[in-house]
Amino acid sequence: MSTLRRLRSSAAGLFGLIVVAAILVTAGVSLFWTPFDPRATDVASRWLAPSWPHLLGTDLTGRDILSLIMAGSRTTVLVAIGAGLIATLIGLALGALGALTARWVRETVAVLVDVLIAFPVLIIAMLISTVHGGSLWVVVWAVGIGFGVNVARVTRPELRRVQHSDFVIAGKASGLSPLQNLVQHLLPNIAPVFIVQLSWAMATAVLAEAGLSYLGFGASVVDPSWGILLADLQRYIQIHPLTVVWPGLAITITVLAFNLLGDALRDATDPTLRTGRRPANRARAGEPRLPEVTA
Amino acid sequence: MLRYALTRGALLIAGLLVASALIFLALRVFPGDVAQLLAGNKATPEQVDAIRKALGLDQPLVLQYLGWIGGVLHGDLGTSQLNGASVAAELAQKAQVTVPLATLSLLVALIIAVPLGIGSALLRGRAAGTALNTAAQAVAAVPVVWAGMMLVVVFAVWLGWLPAQGFPRGGWADPGAALQALILPALTIGTIEGALLLRFVRSATLQAAGQDFVRTAAAKGLTRNRALLQHGLPAVGLSIITVLGIQVAGIIVGSVVVEQLFTLPGIGRMLVVDVGTRDLVKVQGELLVLTGMVLIIGFAVDLLHRALDPRQREADE
Amino acid sequence: MSLEVTDLVIEIDGRPVVDGVSFAVPDGARLGLIGESGSGKSLTALAIMGLLPDGATAFGSVRWNGREILNLPDRELAGIRGDEIGMVFQEPRTALNPIRTIGRQIAETIRIHERIDRRAARVRAIAEADRVALPEPARIVDRYPHQLSGGQRQRAAIAIALAARPRLLIADEPTTALDVTIQAGVLRLLLSLVESDGMSLVFITHDLAVLAQVATHAVVLADGRVVESGPLETLLTAPASPITQGLLRDATATLWRGEEQE
Repeated sequence: MSTLRRLRSSAAGLFGLIVVAAILVTAGVSLFWTPFDPRATDVASRWLAPSWPHLLGTDLTGRDILSLIMAGSRTTVLVAIGAGLIATLIGLALGALGALTARWVRETVAVLVDVLIAFPVLIIAMLISTVHGGSLWVVVWAVGIGFGVNVARVTRPELRRVQHSDFVIAGKASGLSPLQNLVQHLLPNIAPVFIVQLSWAMATAVLAEAGLSYLGFGASVVDPSWGILLADLQRYIQIHPLTVVWPGLAITITVLAFNLLGDALRDATDPTLRTGRRPANRARAGEPRLPEVTA
Repeated sequence: MLRYALTRGALLIAGLLVASALIFLALRVFPGDVAQLLAGNKATPEQVDAIRKALGLDQPLVLQYLGWIGGVLHGDLGTSQLNGASVAAELAQKAQVTVPLATLSLLVALIIAVPLGIGSALLRGRAAGTALNTAAQAVAAVPVVWAGMMLVVVFAVWLGWLPAQGFPRGGWADPGAALQALILPALTIGTIEGALLLRFVRSATLQAAGQDFVRTAAAKGLTRNRALLQHGLPAVGLSIITVLGIQVAGIIVGSVVVEQLFTLPGIGRMLVVDVGTRDLVKVQGELLVLTGMVLIIGFAVDLLHRALDPRQREADE
Repeated sequence: MSLEVTDLVIEIDGRPVVDGVSFAVPDGARLGLIGESGSGKSLTALAIMGLLPDGATAFGSVRWNGREILNLPDRELAGIRGDEIGMVFQEPRTALNPIRTIGRQIAETIRIHERIDRRAARVRAIAEADRVALPEPARIVDRYPHQLSGGQRQRAAIAIALAARPRLLIADEPTTALDVTIQAGVLRLLLSLVESDGMSLVFITHDLAVLAQVATHAVVLADGRVVESGPLETLLTAPASPITQGLLRDATATLWRGEEQE
C-alpha cells in the first residue's frame, strides 16, 4: 500500500511509529516484569540519583522511578486507546448524523458541534468531575468528547462529499441498504482523514492525563500514572529538582510521537501535496487547526 | 458587513444559550444525586432534602434553568453554597490575576511565534528552518505542568531570579511585585502556545508565498523573500487573527494548571477548588463565564477577520 | 538583447516535467511558445525568471545577453526581473495585490530599479496607466484592483510589468482569462507597446489563432519537449507534427473572433 510506503519514507513519521510501538511493548512487558516492584518502598534508598541498579533513581519513598515509568505506560496506553475509541464513536456518530440525515437534523448537529468545539477538554473534564469526582475515566471521556467533536467536524464534509459521489449513488441504486452503503463506500473514504485525527486525539489524551492528574481530577493516587508521578515529585522540586525530568520526558516523547505520526499520516494520505499545486477549497485533515493545549 | 455582524451575533447568542444549557444539564442530569454528594455520607434524609430545597433542586429542571439564566442576565451568578459569597464578585476579583496572566501569555506566544514562524518558512529547506520546525514540534508536545516545573527549577531554584510561587497579598498595589509573580507563569503558557502558533504561522507564510500577487511582486524585481515579506504578510496576519480564538482557549486552559502550580489566586485555581468541593453553583457560574469568554472572543475575531479581509471587502462593496 | 535557452530540464519531485527544451529569441524577435496545458510552457517561462515554485529544480542553460542566468542567486535575478525581463501572467484577478492601489503597484516597479521619490513615481505611474489606455489614469491610480474590470486589471498588470522598460517581455497566456470581446483589444495593446519600445517578446498560449496575430516564430511544446519549431507561416500552412496539426484544427474555430468593446 503506497500510503504505508510514503509513511515509512518520512523520518519523523518513522520516529513516531517506532516510539508508539515501543510504548505499547513497554506497557505489555510491564504487566509481567519491571526492574523493581513499582509499589515497593525502600526507605533506605530514598532519593537516589540515577545509578545501578536504579537506572533512573528513586523517589521520596524509595520506589524505583524506572519501574514507575514502565508501569505508568500502561495507564498512558489505556487512556490513549480509551479516548481514541470514544472519539471514534462520537465522531463517526455525529459526523454521520451531520451528513447523512434529514436537513433539520443536520443543521442542529452543525450548531451543536460548533458550540461543543468551544468547550476545551479541560472544561468538559471539570464538568464531569464536579458530579462524579475525578478518575481516569474523566480523562478518557473528556478527551473522547472533546476530540470526538473535532473528528465530527472533519468527517462531516468528507462524508457529504463522498455521499454524493458516483459509486455511492450507484450503490444506492443497486439496492444496498444505507448501512451497507456506509460500510462499503463511505468509511474507507473517510479513513485517512479519520486516522490522522485519531493520532492527534491520542496525543491530546496523554497531555490531558498529565494535567488532569496533576490537578487531582485524573488518576487516583494508586494508579501508576505519569501524571500522578509528576504531581508527587513536584512537591519536592526545591530539594530534588531533577526527578521530575523522567515522567515529564516520557510524556513529552509520547505526545511528540503521536503528533509526528499524525502529521506523517496526514502528509502521506493527502493527494494535494503530491503535485505542489493546491486545488482550491479542499478541506485538509485538520491543518492548520491547532491541537489544544490541555495541560 | 452589518448583515454579517447581525447573523454572526445571532449565532453567538444561540451558542451561549446552548453552552449554558449544556453546562446546566451536565451538572444536574448526570447520574448522581448532587444533594446527596454535598450532604455527605453521614447526612440524614432530612438534611439531604433541606439541601435539595435550598438549591432549588426539587423544582422542574426547566424552571431551575430559567431561574439561573434570568439571574445571569442581571449579573447575578448566584452565591456559593459554602460561604455565601457572590460568585460574580469573586470572579471579578480573581480576574485581576487571570486576565493579566492571559494577556502576558498571549504576548509571549506572539513574540515567539511570529518572527520564528516566518523565519522558519523563509528558511524552508535549509537546516535552520527544519531545526526550528522540529524544535517547535517538540516544545508543543511538552505538558504545561512540566514546563512550569522546569522553569521553576531553572529560574527560581537554581538562579533565584524569580519567585517559585505566590502572588503579592496586596494585589496590584505593587505592580512590580505582581508582574514578577506573573513572569514565569506567562512564560510557561506562552512558550508552549507559541510553539503551536509558530507552526501555524509557518504554514500560513508558506501559503502566502504561493499567492499569485506575491509572484507578481517578485517578477517586478523584488527578491522572493522580500516579495513575501512586503506583499504576503498581511495575508499571514489575517490568518493569525483567525486562530487567535483557539489560542485564547488554550491560554485559558493553560492558566488553570499554571495557577495551581504557581499558587496564583486566579479564576483557574478557584475553579479547581470549587470542583473539588462540589460547589455546584460556583462551578456553574465559572464555567459559563469561561466558555462565554471563548465564544465571545471567537465572535470578535470573526468580525475582525471579516472587516480586514480584502476579498470580503470586495463582496461587501 | 537576446535570450538563449539550451537543453532546459525542469524536475518536480524528481520527475522531469520539461525535458530538454531549446530555443532562441534574438533582439526584437517575437516568439510564440505554444502547446496544450501541461506541456511545460509556463514552467519554462518561470524558470527563465527564476520564479519556479517550491519543489521544482531546473537544469540546463539560459543565457541572457550571453550571461548565464539559470540558477543565479535570487538577489541577482531580482535585479534582472522587471528591469530587463518583464512578465505578465494569465490571471489578472489574482495577479494584483488586493490591498494596494493600482498606482502604488505600478510605481513600485519603478522605485525598485530607480532612485525616485514617491511623488515623482506617482506621476510616472499615471503616465504608465495612460500608456496602457486605462480610462482616467489620474483617478484610476488610486483605485484598488477589485474596482477594475478584468480587462482593465490586465492592462494594469501590463503597465506594472513594463514600467521599468524591460528589453524582453514574457507574456503567459495574457488574454486567455479575459472575456472574448476584450481579448483583441488587449492583444493589440501588447503588440503596439512591444513594437514601439523595440522589445523582444515571448508569447505563451495554447491558441494558434491568437499567436498568429502576435508572433513571427513559434516553438511547439508537448509533454515538456519541443516537437516542432520555425516561422509561424510554416506552422500555419505546412505543419509537420501531428501536435501542431491538432493545434491548428482547434485554432481555426477561434480565428478572428470578436470586436473589442473597451
